[in-house]
Amino acid sequence: MSDVTSSAFQAQASARPGRRDIGIAKRYAAERRFRAYGVAAILTGVFFLAVLLWTVVSNGYTAFLQTTITLPITFSEKVIDPKNERADNPQKLMAANYPLLVRDALIQELGIDANDRAKVKLATDMISASARTQLRDIVVANPQVIGQTLPVAILAEGNIDSANKGQIDLKADEANRKVKNQQLAWMDQLREKGALTKQFNTGLFTFGASSRPEAAGIGVAALGSFYMMLIVLVLALPIGVAASIYLEEFAPKNRFTDLIEVNINNLAAVPSIVYGLLGLAIFINFAGLPRSASLVGGLVLTLMTLPTIIIATRAALKAVPPSIRAAALGLGASKMQTIFHHVLPLAMPGILTGTIIGLAHALGETAPLLLIGMVAFVVDYPGSPLEPSTALPVQIYMWANEAERAFVERTSGAIMVLLVFLIVMNLGAILLRRRFERRW
Amino acid sequence: MTSFKLTLATLVASVAIAGAAAARDQIQISGSSTVLPYAKIVAETFGETFPNFKTPVVESGGTGAGLKEFCKGVGADTIDIANASRKIKDSELDTCKKAGVTEVEEIKIGYDGIVFATDAGNPDLKLTPKDLYLGLAAEIVKDGKLVANPYKKWSEINPSLPDATIAAYIPGEKHGTREVFEEKVLHAGCADTGAEKAIKETIKDEKEQARKCIAVRKDGLAVDIDGDYSETLARIAANKSGIGVFGLSFYENNADKLKVATVNDVVPSTETVASGKYPVSRPLFFYVKKAHLGVIPGLKEYVEFFLDDQMIGPDSPLAAYGLVSAPDAEREAGRKAFADGKTL
Repeated sequence: MSDVTSSAFQAQASARPGRRDIGIAKRYAAERRFRAYGVAAILTGVFFLAVLLWTVVSNGYTAFLQTTITLPITFSEKVIDPKNERADNPQKLMAANYPLLVRDALIQELGIDANDRAKVKLATDMISASARTQLRDIVVANPQVIGQTLPVAILAEGNIDSANKGQIDLKADEANRKVKNQQLAWMDQLREKGALTKQFNTGLFTFGASSRPEAAGIGVAALGSFYMMLIVLVLALPIGVAASIYLEEFAPKNRFTDLIEVNINNLAAVPSIVYGLLGLAIFINFAGLPRSASLVGGLVLTLMTLPTIIIATRAALKAVPPSIRAAALGLGASKMQTIFHHVLPLAMPGILTGTIIGLAHALGETAPLLLIGMVAFVVDYPGSPLEPSTALPVQIYMWANEAERAFVERTSGAIMVLLVFLIVMNLGAILLRRRFERRW
Repeated sequence: MTSFKLTLATLVASVAIAGAAAARDQIQISGSSTVLPYAKIVAETFGETFPNFKTPVVESGGTGAGLKEFCKGVGADTIDIANASRKIKDSELDTCKKAGVTEVEEIKIGYDGIVFATDAGNPDLKLTPKDLYLGLAAEIVKDGKLVANPYKKWSEINPSLPDATIAAYIPGEKHGTREVFEEKVLHAGCADTGAEKAIKETIKDEKEQARKCIAVRKDGLAVDIDGDYSETLARIAANKSGIGVFGLSFYENNADKLKVATVNDVVPSTETVASGKYPVSRPLFFYVKKAHLGVIPGLKEYVEFFLDDQMIGPDSPLAAYGLVSAPDAEREAGRKAFADGKTL
């Protein structure tokens, strides 16, 4: 035998002197090509991410600044409460003619004749209509200001804000522009005096929806999203974990459980609008829950997130080695004790990661909310999840459809806020995994 | 785990209570996205002017979807007002009546112009329904016969039009605006070009005749926009020679980016729409459930506030945004009809 093999080997060696061609160069080339494809794939992804972030940030960073006009407002008793009734009837302070105070201060500051009605109108157009509530809140909070003169930073109207940020094409014909030349001159005048300034836009975070861009904010939407996330967390986590523990540890493996598994995987891929239809039919039409309420939104998003959480939890439970279970059972622990004392704690990082990713997904969802009436204009803060509210992505969607120029930057600004929330959640997921994950 | 159980129990309990505590202290409105900006301005000002009432919630979703919600029934768990950019259809009113919404009040808030505009860098554009029909219809008349639309460039239709490939961004079929576009532009053009006559000669079924007359070409040169006007604006920014259909108020807010086309040599403006000289315009409405007046707090006040001249008059915030005010007598009649409780 050995004779045959050695002679065959010798025959081969003599036939091919030097190195055998086993395709090394080709194989290395294939590997280099594959690496190049990989790098190209990553670069493509990074390129589009960079473009996305660049457009959002370059459009949106100005939204965090807001133009204000600081005017010395005289809280004249003659205008606010001419008959001195405020002690008996505090409602009088609510309905007073506050815009007149702003008008008077502005025309004095700009030196406009009060009888030149066209000019006065042009000047008052520079001030946000929200000045009424702004001054009213000051007076109602502290009626002592009546009779005094105080500098108040009043919001500039949205178009003035856009012009101040250079977002309006000043070369366009004056008739086609929302900001007139006279107003631009006044803006320069106020800027020189230091009255017209850009300040940090706290209103973007605290105000509710508004038809005036300068008074619009994501406050109500953020609170609505917070309520919904809370409801999703409180409902989806226990239900999802209970379902997965039963399916993974207790349920017999038969056709019925196979069917359930197929259905869960299927549900994870169902378009989210379907959950909206379901929510409308069950929670609003059948259970009679109020429209536009974040409770209904939370319930719908819970249904949507459940499959994701169940799949992640089952994967985490599967990843716990059987030796742990065997050891616990061997030491006399019951099945319940094995699962709740040993398996579940070890699977927790995986479960939480899955939950956070599911929540992040739910946070960015608009489609299911459309049908349950949460794509809506909501000004007042919801006091409870039963009151109408809206959600962060919905606010972005609604602003993107606005006609006014000043909403463009606010749309991008709100996207940035949403992205920050998502980054924080995903970072949390990664940290949890890093911190607590055990490898075997 | 106990804290979980506790929160779970409270949540379940709150769900159960919610069903019972259905009384609502906030007006709920849904419907047309064209009326939405106006409704938002009124709702916001209403909330500021009447601190004892909450600011109404205004949903957007389209005229059809809004009226469908509206016609679901009477009661605190249904909406109070549906905004509409067209009149309610008889079939919709029937659905309403079957569901118990027997008394519906129609309120006309004013008029809206529909304009054609291109990118601001283009030369002046003069359009007529006839040219638009020849550019956008699926079939046109040639030598007395109906043929598939052969035109690829505007200049082939009328030498005074730009030498550019036809690209029109028109509202999709779910928009109320589409109906006005079909009626005031395509149908008018269909009649002007003689296509209507040719269609009537070849097709017997009346419904089919009407449908043929407003059929838009499907070869990609006329693009349906199902989103809002901001999407049309983005399409025009990408294709400078494209022509888009906008609401007058949207155009006025973006007049530095767009050049508006005249229709039959009339420049669209609030004045020409109000006088009826500009042909492509439509009334805007909202519908109120009479059964909810006096039940939902603030509903009556909201409607009265909306109808007041300080909201829809010629010198009002809605007019400043682009609403074309109805003539004085018509506004007065609207207020009187609401005070009398006139229903459809």
